[in-house]
Amino acid sequence: MFQIRIHGRGGQGVVTAAEMLSISAFLEGKHAQAFPSFGSERMGAPVVAFCRISEKEIRLREPILCPDAVIIQDRTVIESAHAFEGVNNNGFALINSPSDLQCDLAKTINVKCIGATEIALEQVGRPIPNAVLLGSFAAFTKIITIDSVIKAINTKFVGSIAEKNIKAAQVAYEQTLGEI
Amino acid sequence: MSSLTMGGRFGKNTTVQSAYDRPNTLTSGHRACQGCGEALAARSAVDAAYRATHGNVAVVNATGCLEVFSCVFPENSWNIPWMHSLFGNAAAVASGVAAAYKVQRRENIRVIAQGGDGGTTDIGMGCLSGMFDRNDDVLYICYDNQAYMNTGVQRSSATPSLARTATTLPDGEYRGNEVHTGKNVPEIAMAHGIPYVATASIGDLHDLETKVAKAINIRGAKYIQIHCPCPLGWGFPTGETIRLAKLAIKSGLYPLFEAEHGELVGSTPIEEKIPVEDYLRVQKRFAHLFGKKANPDAIGVLQNLANKNIKKYRLGGMSDE
Amino acid sequence: MLYQLEGSQALARAIALCRPKVVCAYPITPQTHIVEGLGELVHSGQLQDCEYLNVESEMGAISVAIGSQAAGVRSYTATSSQGLLYMMEAVYNASGLELPIVMTLGNRAIGSPINIWNDHADAMSARDAGWLMMFAESNQEAVDLHIQAFKIAETVKCPIMICVDGFILTHAYEQVDIPEQGEVDEFLPEYSPHIFMDPKRPLAIGAMVSPTDFMEVRYLSHLRQKNALKVIDQVSLEFSAKFKRNSGGLIRQYNVENAETVIVAMGSVLGTIKDTVDELNMTKDGQFGVLSIISYRPFPKQEIRDILKGAKRVIVLEKAFALGRGGILAEEVEMALKGENVGVSSVIAGLGGKIITKEMLKECFLNPMENECFLGLNQEVVNREYRPLVNNDVQ
Repeated sequence: MFQIRIHGRGGQGVVTAAEMLSISAFLEGKHAQAFPSFGSERMGAPVVAFCRISEKEIRLREPILCPDAVIIQDRTVIESAHAFEGVNNNGFALINSPSDLQCDLAKTINVKCIGATEIALEQVGRPIPNAVLLGSFAAFTKIITIDSVIKAINTKFVGSIAEKNIKAAQVAYEQTLGEI
Repeated sequence: MSSLTMGGRFGKNTTVQSAYDRPNTLTSGHRACQGCGEALAARSAVDAAYRATHGNVAVVNATGCLEVFSCVFPENSWNIPWMHSLFGNAAAVASGVAAAYKVQRRENIRVIAQGGDGGTTDIGMGCLSGMFDRNDDVLYICYDNQAYMNTGVQRSSATPSLARTATTLPDGEYRGNEVHTGKNVPEIAMAHGIPYVATASIGDLHDLETKVAKAINIRGAKYIQIHCPCPLGWGFPTGETIRLAKLAIKSGLYPLFEAEHGELVGSTPIEEKIPVEDYLRVQKRFAHLFGKKANPDAIGVLQNLANKNIKKYRLGGMSDE
Repeated sequence: MLYQLEGSQALARAIALCRPKVVCAYPITPQTHIVEGLGELVHSGQLQDCEYLNVESEMGAISVAIGSQAAGVRSYTATSSQGLLYMMEAVYNASGLELPIVMTLGNRAIGSPINIWNDHADAMSARDAGWLMMFAESNQEAVDLHIQAFKIAETVKCPIMICVDGFILTHAYEQVDIPEQGEVDEFLPEYSPHIFMDPKRPLAIGAMVSPTDFMEVRYLSHLRQKNALKVIDQVSLEFSAKFKRNSGGLIRQYNVENAETVIVAMGSVLGTIKDTVDELNMTKDGQFGVLSIISYRPFPKQEIRDILKGAKRVIVLEKAFALGRGGILAEEVEMALKGENVGVSSVIAGLGGKIITKEMLKECFLNPMENECFLGLNQEVVNREYRPLVNNDVQ
């Protein structure tokens, strides 16, 4: 089982990111479970969402305390949300940041920074980094393919919004592939 | 004066109640008190609706006197589909019945919700307002006897100013139900903008039947509030019920009017106006306002309320215009 | 067909497949997405011949359902927590009137303190209301239970509450197999009540009943609940035969045959319990088994007894308790085991959404308790805030 925790703020599509991640895995024939941190968080408040991906049926309902990967949609929540807490050794941290962050964790886990908000603004015209990060995540972890990410985006969005998000995810995918 | 002395079964314009084949939707044998105004009102109203819909009427009844005296297992006085759920939810249950008929394409069956003033203006207010808000296809009839009679005459939000009830017993300086309290539910209904709102009284049967017959076939939410004197709760002889209702109309304390889509469209002018005292004096619930110890202002307070009604609802007839 | 869906959206689709004619919606977290989903299905025309009412309160929601069901159509509503308490008077009324309403309860704690997260205090508050009550372990089971629910309720003539853990299931995206309309139509016949409000056959519903007959009426309701034991079992079998998967029924066993200790629980926590038990059994030689209670009302006392009497120890884990007494389900299981030499321990867990992890469960299952245990209770906070009573406090 591969477990992912996504940190960000209300309004950034954190819960939708977890849903799309689970849909991507589902489309690959895997079992997946996505769930939010169950709060009544308003716009701008720190938000956490979770996703489990497994070859077998997932029965476990505990929150993800020891993720194999974290996706940080907003780097300003890293400290307050203890975003790196419990990440497994050799796990992944994908951070929305245009510049590399100084990070001790890089010794034990794989850290990748990408300017997802910038890509989203450029491609979609809105600062919602979730689809961009999923594209990057596919290249970074290889847990899901970019094809299924594109299909998942198509299930959540329609029309030009879907097209633009798909383009943004592809840009991030290519950029990340080139960097690792 | 011909209209006051004619009427009855010899007139051209007979009521449903005076017809030899009246439907008797609420038939005899029920357990209402002698002289019960609510029983008369309910039979008159539902009979009129029955006549106007060729028998296609179903009734949801709130808990209260009417429910208790008309249907105690294994006996039942209703000759129509009738249902009782709770005290405060009759309007919502009726909304459900209407929704079911709509989805079954049986909207020819007209739905009445009915209850006393407690079940309507107090505990049922939320569900009632919701039914109005959605403009559900229900005629809500409130039998207004101005207190919780079923539980022993406690104050409701329809209890008139200065009336004695079991929870507003006059004592010393306290003169009974506070002046300027209570709510005007017909006007609250009007504020929802529903297609039809009316007040009626068992003191004017023609008017009551006409309003019910009109309302029952209008699509959407309707509200009729009927004044029903209660011999037990108000303290008057059981043979005087209709007279009390007529006195209330004549005094101006119970204005009869109609409104459509939130606008007043008509009222019944008082034919023979009387001072409120003539209405109050014959009821024990106002007895503390009379006699040597009584505060002389009290009657004036109620007369002012009547005068306001007469002006507001144009009950003075032509002279008012 | 398989979908990756939010639990609430899956439920909305499953309920729509059952062709309810009246749906009443009033928002309360966490059941909102279910009725939102149904609204979308009605307004887009995917669910036809259905009246969707935005009501003014939970009392309105259940009352509209009562009225429409009494007028002869299949009716549905959903609620949670405070909403269930707000409609409680009518909850009792619906069962007394024998109206087979189906209601989803998105389980949530009851305040004060106000708390929107999951536990079972809301369901437990309705345990004597005369409704059938079933608990879903997963979203797949939640979907399947709803399809079975209409059939069970309409057969028994009793309303049914399907309990689905708030957020944990209602807001979780997971794989769900949603049947096709044709299959559901074959499984669930059209609703045809024997009595309803019809001017052609006038009758009175909801008469006052005096002391002479009241107890008899209540006893008949009790017998109906007992009959429901058979119906629930049978409908579950029919469902398995038709849809090729096991869902519903009264209870479910997991590795119980060779278990010394059996964990008893209801709802979504069973998944975590099963994973825990699997891990424990890898090292402890199959000592642990799990008994899921799916039908809480009627309570399958005999079935529970038959299974648990072979165990040495039973641990009842539940997400609610009776203040001043203790575990509610634990006591009912204890009653079912009366006379058997089986120790029953009570674990209260997950109140107001407190997390329940495998690690916590392992420790709890491996260390036998004599008294009730509150899993994950922060004793420091309790010690700081609790002031024991001293003699002169009592005057």
